[in-house]
Amino acid sequence: MEDVHRTIEAVARESYGRLVAYLSARTRDLAGAEDALGEALLAALTAWQRDGVPQKPQAWLLKTARHRLIDRIRHEQVRAASAFTLELIADEADEATSAEQFPDERLKLLFVCAHPAIDPDVHTPLMLQTVLGLDAAAIARAFLVSPAAMGQRLVRAKAKIRDAGIAFEVPEDRELPQRLDAVLEAIYAAYGSGWEGAAGADPRGRGLADEAIWLARVLAQRLPAEPEVRGLLALMLHCEARRPARRSPEGRYIPLSEQDTRQWSAPMIAEAERALAAAATHARPGRFQLEAAIQSVHAERAHGARTDWRAIALFYDRLVDLAPTLGARIGRAAAIAEVDGPDAGLALLNEIELAAVSAYQPYWAARAHLLQRLGRKPEAVDAFDRAIGLAEDEAVRRFLLERRG
Amino acid sequence: MEYVMLIYETPLDFEARTSAAGEAFRGAWRAYHKALVDSGVYVGGNPLRAAESGTTIRLKNGKRHVQDGPYAHTKEQLAGFILMELPSLDAALDWAARCPSAATGAVEVRPVAVEVRESMVT
Repeated sequence: MEDVHRTIEAVARESYGRLVAYLSARTRDLAGAEDALGEALLAALTAWQRDGVPQKPQAWLLKTARHRLIDRIRHEQVRAASAFTLELIADEADEATSAEQFPDERLKLLFVCAHPAIDPDVHTPLMLQTVLGLDAAAIARAFLVSPAAMGQRLVRAKAKIRDAGIAFEVPEDRELPQRLDAVLEAIYAAYGSGWEGAAGADPRGRGLADEAIWLARVLAQRLPAEPEVRGLLALMLHCEARRPARRSPEGRYIPLSEQDTRQWSAPMIAEAERALAAAATHARPGRFQLEAAIQSVHAERAHGARTDWRAIALFYDRLVDLAPTLGARIGRAAAIAEVDGPDAGLALLNEIELAAVSAYQPYWAARAHLLQRLGRKPEAVDAFDRAIGLAEDEAVRRFLLERRG
Repeated sequence: MEYVMLIYETPLDFEARTSAAGEAFRGAWRAYHKALVDSGVYVGGNPLRAAESGTTIRLKNGKRHVQDGPYAHTKEQLAGFILMELPSLDAALDWAARCPSAATGAVEVRPVAVEVRESMVT
Protein backbone atom coordinates (compact mmCIF):
# COMPACT_ATOMS: atom_id res chain seq x y z
CA MET A 1 0.00 0.00 0.00
CA GLU A 2 2.72 2.42 1.04
CA ASP A 3 4.68 1.61 -2.10
CA VAL A 4 1.76 2.29 -4.39
CA HIS A 5 1.16 5.57 -2.54
CA ARG A 6 4.75 6.56 -3.04
CA THR A 7 4.77 5.58 -6.70
CA ILE A 8 1.62 7.60 -7.35
CA GLU A 9 3.09 10.57 -5.52
CA ALA A 10 6.28 10.33 -7.56
CA VAL A 11 4.43 9.96 -10.87
CA ALA A 12 2.08 12.82 -9.95
CA ARG A 13 4.94 15.10 -9.05
CA GLU A 14 6.85 14.21 -12.19
CA SER A 15 3.97 14.33 -14.67
CA TYR A 16 1.16 16.37 -13.14
CA GLY A 17 1.96 19.53 -15.06
CA ARG A 18 2.57 17.72 -18.33
CA LEU A 19 -0.74 15.89 -18.03
CA VAL A 20 -2.76 18.95 -17.01
CA ALA A 21 -1.14 20.99 -19.76
CA TYR A 22 -1.86 18.36 -22.35
CA LEU A 23 -5.43 17.71 -21.22
CA SER A 24 -6.35 21.38 -21.00
CA ALA A 25 -4.55 22.66 -24.08
CA ARG A 26 -7.55 21.92 -26.28
CA THR A 27 -10.43 22.44 -23.91
CA ARG A 28 -8.88 25.51 -22.24
CA ASP A 29 -10.58 24.18 -19.15
CA LEU A 30 -7.91 23.94 -16.48
CA ALA A 31 -10.29 23.10 -13.66
CA GLY A 32 -11.84 20.31 -15.74
CA ALA A 33 -8.44 18.88 -16.61
CA GLU A 34 -7.33 18.99 -13.00
CA ASP A 35 -10.51 17.32 -11.79
CA ALA A 36 -10.13 14.58 -14.39
CA LEU A 37 -6.51 14.01 -13.43
CA GLY A 38 -7.43 14.02 -9.75
CA GLU A 39 -10.00 11.31 -10.41
CA ALA A 40 -7.46 9.34 -12.43
CA LEU A 41 -4.98 9.52 -9.55
CA LEU A 42 -7.67 8.26 -7.17
CA ALA A 43 -8.54 5.45 -9.57
CA ALA A 44 -4.84 4.58 -9.78
CA LEU A 45 -4.79 4.06 -6.04
CA THR A 46 -7.16 1.09 -6.25
CA ALA A 47 -6.21 -0.19 -9.70
CA TRP A 48 -2.46 -0.19 -9.15
CA GLN A 49 -2.90 -1.74 -5.74
CA ARG A 50 -4.89 -4.54 -7.31
CA ASP A 51 -3.05 -5.09 -10.58
CA GLY A 52 0.36 -3.65 -9.83
CA VAL A 53 1.86 -0.47 -11.16
CA PRO A 54 1.52 -0.34 -14.96
CA GLN A 55 4.58 -0.26 -17.18
CA LYS A 56 3.81 3.25 -18.37
CA PRO A 57 2.13 4.93 -15.41
CA GLN A 58 1.99 8.27 -17.19
CA ALA A 59 0.18 6.82 -20.18
CA TRP A 60 -2.24 5.00 -17.85
CA LEU A 61 -3.07 8.23 -16.07
CA LEU A 62 -3.49 10.12 -19.32
CA LYS A 63 -5.83 7.50 -20.71
CA THR A 64 -7.93 7.36 -17.55
CA ALA A 65 -8.06 11.13 -17.15
CA ARG A 66 -9.00 11.55 -20.80
CA HIS A 67 -11.90 9.14 -20.38
CA ARG A 68 -13.12 11.07 -17.37
CA LEU A 69 -12.84 14.31 -19.30
CA ILE A 70 -14.77 12.92 -22.25
CA ASP A 71 -17.45 11.48 -19.94
CA ARG A 72 -17.84 14.82 -18.32
CA ILE A 73 -18.10 16.72 -21.58
CA ARG A 74 -20.71 14.24 -22.84
CA HIS A 75 -22.59 14.45 -19.61
CA GLU A 76 -22.70 18.20 -19.60
CA GLN A 77 -24.01 18.29 -23.18
CA VAL A 78 -22.02 21.41 -23.37
CA ARG A 79 -21.29 24.44 -25.38
CA ALA A 80 -21.17 24.69 -29.12
CA ALA A 81 -17.54 23.77 -29.46
CA SER A 82 -17.77 20.59 -27.42
CA ALA A 83 -18.12 18.11 -30.25
CA PHE A 84 -15.07 19.58 -31.84
CA THR A 85 -13.24 19.50 -28.53
CA LEU A 86 -14.22 15.92 -27.91
CA GLU A 87 -12.97 14.79 -31.25
CA LEU A 88 -9.69 16.55 -30.80
CA ILE A 89 -9.07 15.06 -27.43
CA ALA A 90 -9.92 11.57 -28.53
CA ASP A 91 -7.83 11.70 -31.71
CA GLU A 92 -4.77 13.31 -30.34
CA ALA A 93 -4.69 11.37 -27.13
CA ASP A 94 -5.04 8.08 -29.01
CA GLU A 95 -2.18 9.00 -31.19
CA ALA A 96 -0.15 10.17 -28.25
CA THR A 97 -0.67 7.16 -26.02
CA SER A 98 -0.03 4.72 -28.82
CA ALA A 99 3.26 6.44 -29.43
CA GLU A 100 3.91 6.18 -25.67
CA GLN A 101 4.77 9.82 -25.90
CA PHE A 102 2.72 12.94 -25.72
CA PRO A 103 3.79 16.48 -26.42
CA ASP A 104 5.00 18.57 -23.53
CA GLU A 105 2.61 21.50 -23.35
CA ARG A 106 3.84 22.83 -20.03
CA LEU A 107 5.44 25.83 -21.68
CA LYS A 108 2.06 26.94 -23.03
CA LEU A 109 0.54 26.36 -19.64
CA LEU A 110 3.11 28.65 -18.01
CA PHE A 111 2.21 31.41 -20.44
CA VAL A 112 -1.50 30.89 -19.80
CA CYS A 113 -0.95 31.16 -16.03
CA ALA A 114 0.92 34.45 -16.42
CA HIS A 115 -1.42 35.90 -19.06
CA PRO A 116 -1.98 39.67 -18.81
CA ALA A 117 -5.73 39.08 -18.53
CA ILE A 118 -5.17 37.22 -15.25
CA ASP A 119 -4.63 39.14 -12.00
CA PRO A 120 -0.83 39.21 -11.47
CA ASP A 121 -1.25 38.13 -7.86
CA VAL A 122 -2.63 34.80 -9.05
CA HIS A 123 0.07 34.07 -11.63
CA THR A 124 2.35 32.24 -9.23
CA PRO A 125 -0.36 30.33 -7.35
CA LEU A 126 -1.84 29.18 -10.68
CA MET A 127 1.53 27.89 -11.86
CA LEU A 128 2.17 26.09 -8.61
CA GLN A 129 -1.18 24.40 -8.75
CA THR A 130 -1.52 23.53 -12.41
CA VAL A 131 2.08 22.78 -13.31
CA LEU A 132 3.24 21.27 -10.03
CA GLY A 133 0.02 20.00 -8.53
CA LEU A 134 0.42 21.80 -5.19
CA ASP A 135 -2.85 22.02 -3.30
CA ALA A 136 -4.47 25.35 -2.49
CA ALA A 137 -3.75 25.00 1.24
CA ALA A 138 -0.01 24.61 0.70
CA ILE A 139 0.02 27.56 -1.71
CA ALA A 140 -1.99 29.65 0.73
CA ARG A 141 0.55 28.93 3.47
CA ALA A 142 3.39 30.08 1.27
CA PHE A 143 1.60 33.29 0.35
CA LEU A 144 0.18 34.00 3.77
CA VAL A 145 -3.48 34.03 2.81
CA SER A 146 -6.29 31.84 4.05
CA PRO A 147 -6.79 28.54 2.18
CA ALA A 148 -10.39 29.48 1.38
CA ALA A 149 -9.37 32.81 -0.12
CA MET A 150 -6.60 31.17 -2.15
CA GLY A 151 -9.00 28.48 -3.35
CA GLN A 152 -11.45 31.15 -4.51
CA ARG A 153 -8.81 33.15 -6.34
CA LEU A 154 -7.65 30.03 -8.19
CA VAL A 155 -11.18 29.02 -9.12
CA ARG A 156 -11.92 32.53 -10.39
CA ALA A 157 -8.74 32.62 -12.46
CA LYS A 158 -9.46 29.25 -14.05
CA ALA A 159 -13.02 30.31 -14.90
CA LYS A 160 -11.58 33.42 -16.53
CA ILE A 161 -9.15 31.36 -18.62
CA ARG A 162 -11.97 29.13 -19.82
CA ASP A 163 -14.62 31.81 -20.34
CA ALA A 164 -12.34 34.39 -21.91
CA GLY A 165 -10.91 31.74 -24.23
CA ILE A 166 -7.30 32.48 -23.41
CA ALA A 167 -5.25 30.65 -25.98
CA PHE A 168 -2.89 27.85 -25.02
CA GLU A 169 0.05 28.94 -27.08
CA VAL A 170 3.54 30.28 -26.83
CA PRO A 171 3.37 34.00 -27.73
CA GLU A 172 4.79 35.19 -31.01
CA ASP A 173 8.28 36.66 -31.12
CA ARG A 174 7.19 40.27 -30.95
CA GLU A 175 5.06 39.59 -27.90
CA LEU A 176 7.39 37.12 -26.26
CA PRO A 177 9.70 39.39 -24.22
CA GLN A 178 6.87 41.07 -22.35
CA ARG A 179 4.91 37.90 -21.81
CA LEU A 180 8.03 36.07 -20.72
CA ASP A 181 8.71 38.74 -18.09
CA ALA A 182 5.43 37.89 -16.37
CA VAL A 183 6.30 34.19 -16.37
CA LEU A 184 9.75 34.86 -14.89
CA GLU A 185 8.32 37.22 -12.28
CA ALA A 186 5.85 34.57 -11.21
CA ILE A 187 8.54 31.92 -10.89
CA TYR A 188 10.74 34.29 -8.90
CA ALA A 189 7.83 35.11 -6.61
CA ALA A 190 7.54 31.39 -5.90
CA TYR A 191 11.19 31.38 -4.91
CA GLY A 192 10.30 34.25 -2.64
CA SER A 193 13.63 34.90 -1.02
CA GLY A 194 13.79 38.39 -2.44
CA TRP A 195 16.63 40.67 -1.70
CA GLU A 196 19.54 39.37 0.25
CA GLY A 197 22.17 42.02 0.79
CA ALA A 198 25.17 42.61 2.96
CA ALA A 199 23.28 44.82 5.36
CA GLY A 200 20.39 42.59 6.24
CA ALA A 201 18.02 40.15 4.78
CA ASP A 202 14.41 39.51 4.16
CA PRO A 203 14.19 35.74 4.20
CA ARG A 204 10.49 35.66 4.75
CA GLY A 205 10.46 31.91 4.58
CA ARG A 206 7.60 31.95 2.16
CA GLY A 207 9.62 30.38 -0.53
CA LEU A 208 8.86 27.30 -2.50
CA ALA A 209 12.47 27.22 -3.58
CA ASP A 210 12.67 23.73 -5.05
CA GLU A 211 9.48 24.24 -7.00
CA ALA A 212 10.65 27.56 -8.42
CA ILE A 213 14.00 26.16 -9.51
CA TRP A 214 12.26 23.22 -11.09
CA LEU A 215 9.96 25.53 -13.06
CA ALA A 216 12.93 27.60 -14.22
CA ARG A 217 14.71 24.44 -15.40
CA VAL A 218 11.65 23.38 -17.39
CA LEU A 219 11.46 26.83 -18.92
CA ALA A 220 15.18 26.93 -19.73
CA GLN A 221 14.90 23.57 -21.47
CA ARG A 222 12.02 24.75 -23.62
CA LEU A 223 13.31 28.27 -24.36
CA PRO A 224 17.10 27.85 -24.67
CA ALA A 225 17.47 31.07 -26.68
CA GLU A 226 16.06 33.34 -23.95
CA PRO A 227 18.96 34.51 -21.76
CA GLU A 228 16.77 35.92 -18.98
CA VAL A 229 15.42 32.44 -18.26
CA ARG A 230 18.93 31.21 -17.55
CA GLY A 231 19.63 34.42 -15.64
CA LEU A 232 16.73 33.69 -13.33
CA LEU A 233 17.84 30.09 -12.91
CA ALA A 234 21.40 31.23 -12.09
CA LEU A 235 20.09 33.78 -9.58
CA MET A 236 17.96 31.28 -7.71
CA LEU A 237 20.71 28.65 -7.71
CA HIS A 238 23.22 31.12 -6.25
CA CYS A 239 20.80 32.05 -3.46
CA GLU A 240 19.90 28.44 -2.87
CA ALA A 241 23.56 27.39 -2.72
CA ARG A 242 23.97 29.51 0.41
CA ARG A 243 20.96 28.20 2.27
CA PRO A 244 22.94 25.87 4.60
CA ALA A 245 25.29 28.72 5.55
CA ARG A 246 22.53 31.17 6.41
CA ARG A 247 21.83 29.66 9.83
CA SER A 248 24.20 28.41 12.53
CA PRO A 249 23.53 24.94 14.00
CA GLU A 250 21.73 26.76 16.84
CA GLY A 251 19.50 28.52 14.33
CA ARG A 252 21.18 31.91 14.50
CA TYR A 253 20.98 34.11 11.41
CA ILE A 254 24.31 34.62 9.65
CA PRO A 255 24.61 37.51 7.17
CA LEU A 256 26.20 36.90 3.78
CA SER A 257 29.45 38.65 4.70
CA GLU A 258 30.01 36.31 7.65
CA GLN A 259 28.94 33.04 6.08
CA ASP A 260 31.30 30.09 6.06
CA THR A 261 31.81 29.62 2.33
CA ARG A 262 32.67 25.93 2.82
CA GLN A 263 29.01 25.41 3.55
CA TRP A 264 27.93 26.81 0.19
CA SER A 265 26.87 24.17 -2.31
CA ALA A 266 29.65 23.95 -4.89
CA PRO A 267 27.58 21.97 -7.44
CA MET A 268 24.77 24.56 -7.32
CA ILE A 269 27.20 27.42 -7.74
CA ALA A 270 28.80 25.60 -10.68
CA GLU A 271 25.40 25.08 -12.31
CA ALA A 272 24.55 28.74 -11.71
CA GLU A 273 27.81 29.83 -13.35
CA ARG A 274 27.18 27.60 -16.35
CA ALA A 275 23.67 29.00 -16.76
CA LEU A 276 24.92 32.57 -16.49
CA ALA A 277 27.75 31.96 -18.97
CA ALA A 278 25.29 30.42 -21.44
CA ALA A 279 23.00 33.44 -21.01
CA ALA A 280 25.88 35.86 -21.58
CA THR A 281 26.61 34.42 -25.04
CA HIS A 282 23.39 36.05 -26.26
CA ALA A 283 24.70 39.51 -25.30
CA ARG A 284 21.21 40.58 -24.21
CA PRO A 285 21.54 41.53 -20.55
CA GLY A 286 18.46 41.84 -18.41
CA ARG A 287 17.30 42.21 -14.86
CA PHE A 288 17.74 38.60 -13.81
CA GLN A 289 21.14 38.21 -15.48
CA LEU A 290 22.37 41.31 -13.67
CA GLU A 291 21.06 40.08 -10.33
CA ALA A 292 22.70 36.72 -10.96
CA ALA A 293 25.95 38.47 -11.89
CA ILE A 294 25.89 40.29 -8.53
CA GLN A 295 25.44 36.98 -6.72
CA SER A 296 28.19 35.51 -8.87
CA VAL A 297 30.61 38.19 -7.60
CA HIS A 298 29.64 37.33 -4.02
CA ALA A 299 30.25 33.65 -4.82
CA GLU A 300 33.88 34.45 -5.67
CA ARG A 301 34.52 34.49 -1.96
CA ALA A 302 34.32 30.70 -2.04
CA HIS A 303 37.70 30.81 -3.83
CA GLY A 304 39.20 33.01 -1.15
CA ALA A 305 38.84 36.23 -3.13
CA ARG A 306 37.79 39.45 -1.40
CA THR A 307 34.40 40.71 -2.44
CA ASP A 308 34.76 43.05 -5.41
CA TRP A 309 32.29 45.73 -4.29
CA ARG A 310 33.20 47.99 -7.19
CA ALA A 311 31.98 45.33 -9.63
CA ILE A 312 28.84 44.81 -7.56
CA ALA A 313 28.14 48.55 -7.51
CA LEU A 314 28.50 48.69 -11.29
CA PHE A 315 26.04 45.84 -11.78
CA TYR A 316 23.61 47.57 -9.42
CA ASP A 317 23.93 50.82 -11.40
CA ARG A 318 22.84 49.00 -14.53
CA LEU A 319 20.14 47.15 -12.64
CA VAL A 320 18.67 50.38 -11.25
CA ASP A 321 18.71 51.86 -14.77
CA LEU A 322 16.83 48.84 -16.05
CA ALA A 323 14.48 48.11 -13.17
CA PRO A 324 14.53 50.64 -10.32
CA THR A 325 12.88 48.38 -7.76
CA LEU A 326 13.21 49.12 -4.06
CA GLY A 327 15.41 46.05 -3.62
CA ALA A 328 17.79 47.14 -6.37
CA ARG A 329 18.04 50.71 -5.05
CA ILE A 330 18.78 49.51 -1.53
CA GLY A 331 21.29 46.97 -2.83
CA ARG A 332 23.05 49.71 -4.77
CA ALA A 333 23.19 51.93 -1.68
CA ALA A 334 24.75 49.10 0.33
CA ALA A 335 27.33 48.43 -2.42
CA ILE A 336 28.20 52.12 -2.81
CA ALA A 337 28.67 52.30 0.96
CA GLU A 338 31.34 49.62 0.64
CA VAL A 339 33.09 51.45 -2.20
CA ASP A 340 32.73 55.15 -1.30
CA GLY A 341 31.89 54.97 2.41
CA PRO A 342 28.68 54.85 4.47
CA ASP A 343 27.92 58.55 3.81
CA ALA A 344 27.57 57.93 0.09
CA GLY A 345 25.37 54.91 0.73
CA LEU A 346 23.15 56.82 3.10
CA ALA A 347 22.74 59.64 0.60
CA LEU A 348 21.33 57.09 -1.88
CA LEU A 349 18.94 55.72 0.74
CA ASN A 350 17.78 59.26 1.49
CA GLU A 351 16.71 59.63 -2.14
CA ILE A 352 14.06 56.94 -1.66
CA GLU A 353 10.68 58.41 -0.78
CA LEU A 354 9.68 57.40 2.74
CA ALA A 355 6.13 56.39 1.90
CA ALA A 356 7.46 53.59 -0.30
CA VAL A 357 9.50 52.01 2.49
CA SER A 358 7.35 52.52 5.57
CA ALA A 359 6.85 48.75 5.84
CA TYR A 360 9.87 47.54 3.82
CA GLN A 361 12.21 45.78 6.20
CA PRO A 362 15.43 45.67 4.09
CA TYR A 363 15.44 49.47 3.83
CA TRP A 364 15.46 49.92 7.60
CA ALA A 365 18.07 47.21 8.10
CA ALA A 366 20.40 48.81 5.55
CA ARG A 367 19.80 52.26 6.99
CA ALA A 368 20.48 51.05 10.54
CA HIS A 369 23.81 49.50 9.57
CA LEU A 370 25.00 52.60 7.72
CA LEU A 371 23.97 54.97 10.54
CA GLN A 372 25.74 52.74 13.02
CA ARG A 373 28.93 52.79 10.95
CA LEU A 374 28.70 56.59 10.89
CA GLY A 375 28.44 56.63 14.69
CA ARG A 376 25.01 58.28 14.59
CA LYS A 377 23.79 56.16 17.46
CA PRO A 378 20.30 57.43 18.34
CA GLU A 379 19.25 57.44 14.68
CA ALA A 380 20.75 53.98 14.20
CA VAL A 381 18.82 52.59 17.17
CA ASP A 382 15.66 54.10 15.73
CA ALA A 383 16.23 52.45 12.36
CA PHE A 384 17.17 49.13 13.98
CA ASP A 385 13.89 49.21 15.89
CA ARG A 386 11.98 49.70 12.66
CA ALA A 387 13.88 46.84 11.01
CA ILE A 388 13.30 44.55 14.00
CA GLY A 389 9.62 45.43 14.17
CA LEU A 390 9.16 44.69 10.48
CA ALA A 391 11.11 41.42 10.50
CA GLU A 392 9.10 38.26 10.19
CA ASP A 393 11.90 35.86 10.97
CA GLU A 394 12.71 35.15 14.60
CA ALA A 395 16.43 34.61 13.88
CA VAL A 396 16.71 37.87 11.93
CA ARG A 397 14.98 39.71 14.76
CA ARG A 398 17.47 38.34 17.25
CA PHE A 399 20.43 39.16 15.01
CA LEU A 400 19.29 42.77 14.63
CA LEU A 401 18.58 43.13 18.34
CA GLU A 402 22.17 42.08 19.06
CA ARG A 403 23.56 44.44 16.44
CA ARG A 404 21.52 47.31 17.77
CA GLY A 405 23.12 46.87 21.17
CA MET B 1 -10.57 48.82 6.71
CA GLU B 2 -10.24 48.16 10.41
CA TYR B 3 -8.76 44.89 11.59
CA VAL B 4 -8.08 43.55 15.05
CA MET B 5 -5.22 41.25 15.90
CA LEU B 6 -6.12 38.94 18.77
CA ILE B 7 -2.84 37.79 20.21
CA TYR B 8 -2.66 34.41 21.91
CA GLU B 9 0.38 33.50 23.94
CA THR B 10 1.85 30.50 25.71
CA PRO B 11 2.58 30.55 29.47
CA LEU B 12 6.24 30.99 28.55
CA ASP B 13 5.45 34.16 26.58
CA PHE B 14 3.54 35.54 29.55
CA GLU B 15 6.58 34.85 31.71
CA ALA B 16 8.84 36.55 29.19
CA ARG B 17 7.17 39.85 29.99
CA THR B 18 9.17 40.07 33.21
CA SER B 19 11.83 37.32 33.26
CA ALA B 20 15.49 38.00 32.55
CA ALA B 21 15.39 35.48 29.69
CA GLY B 22 12.59 37.49 28.09
CA GLU B 23 14.68 40.51 27.18
CA ALA B 24 14.88 39.56 23.49
CA PHE B 25 11.12 38.98 23.39
CA ARG B 26 10.43 42.35 24.99
CA GLY B 27 12.88 44.04 22.63
CA ALA B 28 11.14 42.47 19.66
CA TRP B 29 7.76 43.64 20.96
CA ARG B 30 8.96 47.21 21.54
CA ALA B 31 10.33 47.32 18.00
CA TYR B 32 7.15 45.78 16.58
CA HIS B 33 4.97 48.31 18.35
CA LYS B 34 7.15 51.13 17.09
CA ALA B 35 6.99 49.82 13.52
CA LEU B 36 3.18 49.62 13.72
CA VAL B 37 2.95 53.19 14.98
CA ASP B 38 5.55 54.65 12.60
CA SER B 39 3.96 52.94 9.60
CA GLY B 40 0.67 54.62 10.44
CA VAL B 41 -1.40 51.45 10.76
CA TYR B 42 -1.75 51.42 14.56
CA VAL B 43 -5.08 52.63 15.89
CA GLY B 44 -5.06 51.27 19.42
CA GLY B 45 -4.67 48.21 21.59
CA ASN B 46 -3.49 46.87 24.90
CA PRO B 47 -1.78 43.92 26.49
CA LEU B 48 -3.84 41.94 28.99
CA ARG B 49 -2.74 40.40 32.29
CA ALA B 50 -2.47 36.63 32.55
CA ALA B 51 -5.58 34.53 31.98
CA GLU B 52 -5.79 33.51 35.65
CA SER B 53 -6.56 37.12 36.49
CA GLY B 54 -9.71 36.91 34.38
CA THR B 55 -13.20 36.46 35.81
CA THR B 56 -16.02 35.19 33.62
CA ILE B 57 -19.65 35.90 34.37
CA ARG B 58 -22.85 34.36 33.05
CA LEU B 59 -26.40 35.21 34.02
CA LYS B 60 -28.61 32.09 34.21
CA ASN B 61 -32.26 32.58 35.16
CA GLY B 62 -31.33 35.91 36.63
CA LYS B 63 -28.65 34.35 38.81
CA ARG B 64 -25.04 35.33 38.50
CA HIS B 65 -22.65 32.51 37.78
CA VAL B 66 -19.14 33.71 38.39
CA GLN B 67 -16.21 31.66 37.17
CA ASP B 68 -12.74 32.35 38.40
CA GLY B 69 -10.53 32.35 35.32
CA PRO B 70 -10.78 32.87 31.57
CA TYR B 71 -13.74 32.07 29.34
CA ALA B 72 -11.96 29.02 27.93
CA HIS B 73 -9.06 27.03 29.33
CA THR B 74 -6.73 26.53 26.42
CA LYS B 75 -2.97 26.13 26.21
CA GLU B 76 -2.60 29.52 24.57
CA GLN B 77 -4.48 32.41 26.09
CA LEU B 78 -5.59 35.81 24.88
CA ALA B 79 -2.73 38.12 25.78
CA GLY B 80 -3.67 41.33 24.06
CA PHE B 81 -5.27 43.00 21.08
CA ILE B 82 -4.23 45.56 18.52
CA LEU B 83 -6.57 47.57 16.34
CA MET B 84 -5.21 48.52 12.90
CA GLU B 85 -6.38 50.57 9.93
CA LEU B 86 -5.26 48.91 6.68
CA PRO B 87 -6.32 48.65 3.05
CA SER B 88 -6.71 44.87 2.91
CA LEU B 89 -6.71 41.56 4.74
CA ASP B 90 -3.43 40.68 3.03
CA ALA B 91 -1.76 43.71 4.58
CA ALA B 92 -3.22 42.79 7.98
CA LEU B 93 -1.89 39.25 7.66
CA ASP B 94 1.56 40.62 6.82
CA TRP B 95 1.52 42.55 10.08
CA ALA B 96 0.26 39.52 12.00
CA ALA B 97 3.15 37.45 10.65
CA ARG B 98 5.62 40.02 11.97
CA CYS B 99 4.14 39.89 15.47
CA PRO B 100 6.75 38.37 17.83
CA SER B 101 4.03 36.25 19.46
CA ALA B 102 3.12 34.66 16.12
CA ALA B 103 6.35 32.64 16.29
CA THR B 104 5.47 31.05 19.63
CA GLY B 105 1.71 31.44 20.03
CA ALA B 106 -0.90 32.53 17.50
CA VAL B 107 -2.36 35.71 16.11
CA GLU B 108 -5.94 35.82 14.88
CA VAL B 109 -6.88 38.58 12.45
CA ARG B 110 -10.52 39.71 12.40
CA PRO B 111 -12.16 42.52 10.46
CA VAL B 112 -14.02 44.96 12.64
CA ALA B 113 -17.77 44.75 12.04
CA VAL B 114 -18.05 48.44 11.18
CA GLU B 115 -21.59 48.00 9.83
CA VAL B 116 -22.78 46.58 13.16
CA ARG B 117 -21.08 49.35 15.09
CA GLU B 118 -22.70 51.99 12.89
CA SER B 119 -26.15 50.43 13.28
CA MET B 120 -25.82 50.82 17.04
CA VAL B 121 -25.01 54.49 17.05
CA THR B 122 -28.28 56.32 17.52
